[in-house]
Amino acid sequence: MDKKLVVSSSPHLKSPENIHSIMVDVLVALFPVALMAVFLFGYRALATMVIATLVAMITEAIILRKGNLFGDGSAAVTGLLLAMVLPPAPPWWVVVIGSAVAVGIGKHLFGGIGNNIFNPALVGRAVLVVSWGAHVAGDVWMRPVPFNFTADIVTEATPLATKAASLLDLFIGTVSGSLGETSALALIIGGIWLYYRGHIDWRIPGAFIALVFVFGLFDGGFNMGLYHVLAGGVLLGALFMATDMVTSPVTSVGKLIFGGGCGLITMIIRLFGSYPEGVMFSILLMNSLTPIIDNLTLPKRFGEVKQKNA
Amino acid sequence: MTTLTQEFSKGIIKQNPVFVQLLGMCPILAVTITATNGFGMGIASMFVLLSSNIVVSFIRNVVPPRVRIPAYILVIATFVTITDLVLNAFLPSLHAALGIFIPLIVVNCMIMGRAEGFARKNTLGRSVIDALGMGIGFTLALTILGIVRELLGAGSIFGANIMGSSFEPMALFASPPGAFIALGILLAIFNYFYRKFGVQ
Repeated sequence: MDKKLVVSSSPHLKSPENIHSIMVDVLVALFPVALMAVFLFGYRALATMVIATLVAMITEAIILRKGNLFGDGSAAVTGLLLAMVLPPAPPWWVVVIGSAVAVGIGKHLFGGIGNNIFNPALVGRAVLVVSWGAHVAGDVWMRPVPFNFTADIVTEATPLATKAASLLDLFIGTVSGSLGETSALALIIGGIWLYYRGHIDWRIPGAFIALVFVFGLFDGGFNMGLYHVLAGGVLLGALFMATDMVTSPVTSVGKLIFGGGCGLITMIIRLFGSYPEGVMFSILLMNSLTPIIDNLTLPKRFGEVKQKNA
Repeated sequence: MTTLTQEFSKGIIKQNPVFVQLLGMCPILAVTITATNGFGMGIASMFVLLSSNIVVSFIRNVVPPRVRIPAYILVIATFVTITDLVLNAFLPSLHAALGIFIPLIVVNCMIMGRAEGFARKNTLGRSVIDALGMGIGFTLALTILGIVRELLGAGSIFGANIMGSSFEPMALFASPPGAFIALGILLAIFNYFYRKFGVQ
């Protein structure tokens, strides 16, 4: 009888989703990418990913003074994403410092989860590139050797520098590059999973990839457009990094502007800049504009009338 | 009325121009790439602060209030010029390393602040004590920041390599963003201890 009419304050609709479940979904989405990295780059890729993830989790546990290493899972995601944007075999201490900086400075100095302005994994990579460029962005790109777990390191130029890889290689991932960026196939599978679970909106990756493609057309026709989308970090950045819920706008129009800005800056750096790749800088730059974009694209309140000047 | 000891020590701890008042950020962030540069900048600023405090305190009853700021700037600029020429003559390498930031001491807000906020209202003796305390506090802060940045960014302190040859310096701390990060972390550490020991 008294159960029929429940009086309570809002919210009335509750979702079973929480940070923990979302982070586990992201980890699941990253699984094919990680698997592909080990398949291409062998045990070194596995070691880099394990070190980055462990150090990120330990840093978070120390800062939060919590015994639970996995916690809400966000540190594990940050660590794994950092490994994805590193070369296959950087020195172990570079990975350790990058991961500690990503969680310590990139996330917790800004106030912890939900308060960070910049994508923590990209902050970690930016610090590493500025500090030890030779280890993370120089002549470090290992040639992939599929099915060989302990292959020797032979470095080569990335497809973005050579512009000579075949589109099929780029799609499957048998090219040199960062751990998680080479295989478009694995990234798209992960992206579809995230979209299916409702964690990413199509607008950010859509606008990002579309702009990269359009600018690529000017760089050499349809094939070059596809090449710019598949090569380098565009798919990884567009699907996993630009879509970070904390550091991207919440409004629909804002998401289109954000994704478009990322694509635009990426292509400006790629075509006219001195770096071969611009995904990291474009996302970090757009991260810093997120509050402004959100403010500018606030939806109109329903029923609101412009006040007459009395 | 505060005692002379308090007047002296406030500049080093309680009202440290860098760690508490956050004054003069421009030279702090720009020149502290090495401990030597930080120390040199600190001493140069301290000399200018001491001299200008003396003169400002001396002329405090003569200068009409309406033109006091231009008068202070003239006084400070005089001593900055002296510092600039002396450094150029006797320490050319330091002079080259500090570069534009020596002339910029003229507009250092710590020095303007002490002239405006202290020397023009206090006797000569107190102004000297205040300048010494503030100057030492400023020098200490710049040296500490310089040590941290040099240690991480180049693996040495005052030019002496102490991290060994296998150490690969973290170039971030030799660049301006590293200055902000290092200063922020130092501020956090100092605030922690200030709160713990109930200073302020």
